[in-house]
Amino acid sequence: MRKMLAAVSRVLAGAAQKPASRVLIASRNFANDATFDIKKCDLHRLEEGPPVTTVLTREDGLKYYRMMQTVRRMELKADQLYKQKIIRGFCHLCDGQEACCVGLEAGINPTDHLITAYRAHGFTFTRGLPVRAILAELTGRRGGCAKGKGGSMHMYAKNFYGGNGIVGAQVPLGAGIALACKYNGKDEVCLTLYGDGAANQGQIFEAYNMAALWKLPCIFICENNRYGMGTSVERAAASTDYYKRGDFIPGLRVDGMDILCVREATKFAAAYCRSGKGPILMELQTYRYHGHSMSDPGVSYRTREEIQEVRSKSDPIMLLKDRMVNSNLASVEELKEIDVEVRKEIEDAAQFATADPEPPLEELGYHIYSSDPPFEVRGANQWIKFKSVS
Amino acid sequence: MAAVASRAAGILRLRAAGAERRWCGPRCAGLVQGFLQPGGEDAAQKRRVAHFTFQPDPESLQYGQTQKMNLFQSITSALDNSLAKDPTAVIFGEDVAFGGVFRCTVGLRDKYGKDRVFNTPLCEQGIVGFGIGIAVTGATAIAEIQFADYIFPAFDQIVNEAAKYRYRSGDLFNCGSLTIRAPWGCVGHGALYHSQSPEAFFAHCPGIKVVIPRSPFQAKGLLLSCIEDKNPCIFFEPKILYRAAVEQVPVEPYKIPLSQAEVIQEGSDVTLVAWGTQVHVIREVASMAQEKLGVSCEIIDLRTIVPWDMDTVCKSVVKTGRLLISHEAPLTGGFASEISSTVQCKHVIDDFLEKAKLTFLSQEQCCLTTIKFAVVGIPNGVRKNVS
Repeated sequence: MRKMLAAVSRVLAGAAQKPASRVLIASRNFANDATFDIKKCDLHRLEEGPPVTTVLTREDGLKYYRMMQTVRRMELKADQLYKQKIIRGFCHLCDGQEACCVGLEAGINPTDHLITAYRAHGFTFTRGLPVRAILAELTGRRGGCAKGKGGSMHMYAKNFYGGNGIVGAQVPLGAGIALACKYNGKDEVCLTLYGDGAANQGQIFEAYNMAALWKLPCIFICENNRYGMGTSVERAAASTDYYKRGDFIPGLRVDGMDILCVREATKFAAAYCRSGKGPILMELQTYRYHGHSMSDPGVSYRTREEIQEVRSKSDPIMLLKDRMVNSNLASVEELKEIDVEVRKEIEDAAQFATADPEPPLEELGYHIYSSDPPFEVRGANQWIKFKSVS
Repeated sequence: MAAVASRAAGILRLRAAGAERRWCGPRCAGLVQGFLQPGGEDAAQKRRVAHFTFQPDPESLQYGQTQKMNLFQSITSALDNSLAKDPTAVIFGEDVAFGGVFRCTVGLRDKYGKDRVFNTPLCEQGIVGFGIGIAVTGATAIAEIQFADYIFPAFDQIVNEAAKYRYRSGDLFNCGSLTIRAPWGCVGHGALYHSQSPEAFFAHCPGIKVVIPRSPFQAKGLLLSCIEDKNPCIFFEPKILYRAAVEQVPVEPYKIPLSQAEVIQEGSDVTLVAWGTQVHVIREVASMAQEKLGVSCEIIDLRTIVPWDMDTVCKSVVKTGRLLISHEAPLTGGFASEISSTVQCKHVIDDFLEKAKLTFLSQEQCCLTTIKFAVVGIPNGVRKNVS
């Protein structure tokens, strides 16, 4: 019956202007789209900011919901796997910050570039990698996106440059990518992310200067989750107005828990850069529920009440869900169905990540250098030789 | 650690009499004897779990009452003693106020106040530069870099500013009261950025001292020496030992001299040199060698990487005739290459020069305009510098 309706609606939809589902939906009484008010962004050296209202289509809403829920579930699964010691090493989770990764992706094209620091699992997903590749990389298996050799902090994808361990070091890299974008002339921009802790690193200011001097299409984004490891922003920064820290670079401060706000701000920033005006700075005010990493309980420098308060008032998934349900873009049951599907997908991915074999020992020496004839690398003792192939 | 554990196991595998001799590679100054056999093909296939057993030294009663402490507690004790004795001493770094990520500064802020123990923002270059500034005015600066892997943004400050201050100002200024502490070495799950051993990078720079303890007792004494030493010092603390190493450590302050290596165990067949965590691996290796092969090993803990105690090591090698150096850092350019080439150079050339009645002249100096470097054998009484 459903298939028939779909076929009929496809015919009715004509020259595929509207996806068939939309026509089908009309018969189920949901709205196609809804207009929402979003918070006005604080501006620095800008006359106008992003719009204060935005239109969210049902399709987009469901897509964002699914993506945010996937990131959330994936992070919680990583938490679980870490506690079971299936994931070792370091693991920095971004639950609470889903609106940032999904919102940023919604505001740019897949051909744009993105680079961030180590809280990168969400971005790895939104930039196009499947959950199983991410979880397998966390567990260090060959199905992982870096073949199991990178781990949590070193995940890469097309137009996604990682995944970088050293705080602040990725920002000059981002400026360089932006230079390449300008040079190639394909109208691409580079999103260069860093945190509130990294914002005090000297090399960030060096990158600001270069980007502004050469008018590079670089969007500097400070993901301000209020704590740099265990140090709150007031105790680390002389000026916590991170969007103004670019000084001569215009900036905007965005509510990072509202995906629509992030999306509109990103579109605005990307348009600014694409028009050749040079770099722009965005501060996303967001929050992380977990501690800095899995070895940090997260409650020695902040109260549980604070975490609870953010969870109950500003949770990004909850905010989107409420908006969609209240304006009849989706039903609660439909969203619950998505939850169930996402859970299953994550379970399968976790299964894969646990069962996949580790990379073979011969590959331990690969990719140290790029060289035509493979050369030998000494292993843990001088009689073990690995071939380094690239 | 896995490196040496497996290397040691490889070296010491016993074979039937009359087995082949093998070079043990560029790090050994002497041939390893024939009964030592390499691991073979299957070595590459087997995984070896990194492990070692911390071996505490016997309690030292010469410094007064002792208390059971692990490595981070002994560091806290040393810092406590410093802050108590020296009113100008300050401790700063990322997250040191609440006690530090490895709990090395627990309780110090409460005891000495927030203007003496304070957090810095996330800026290594700033931390060290700032520390140099404090030290230049004469106050004692104890800076913490959260992991040795993060010391590189501060590399310029250390090498170009701290190390050369006294020299370039003709002794008018110096930042000798600066000590930089950093957790060092592999810990098992640290991967690329929480496991590095960068001592070799700093060994290449005259003007600073680099010190690495092997145990809580050593750590407290060496750290107090570093703090009071009139040269900028970098003190690397093996992070895997923070909790694992427990010993009786004196409560009162005491100093262990810098640039003095310690012969932990006397022996006659081979000299084993190591520092930090590797010392414990080497101790196990030595006891395995004694037990299984009857090889008597002399173990030296280098303690100060630069300026290092050449005399102790050379004297030991003259006695045993063989040298094996083991460290966690990458092989090429690691500090073992410096030790082995110096020992061979001095050992061989000294011997030759003595016989030929010549003087061995070696001078190392680095300054902006002139580089004087001469290693020549020349007749006694005649000196010549090659510019």
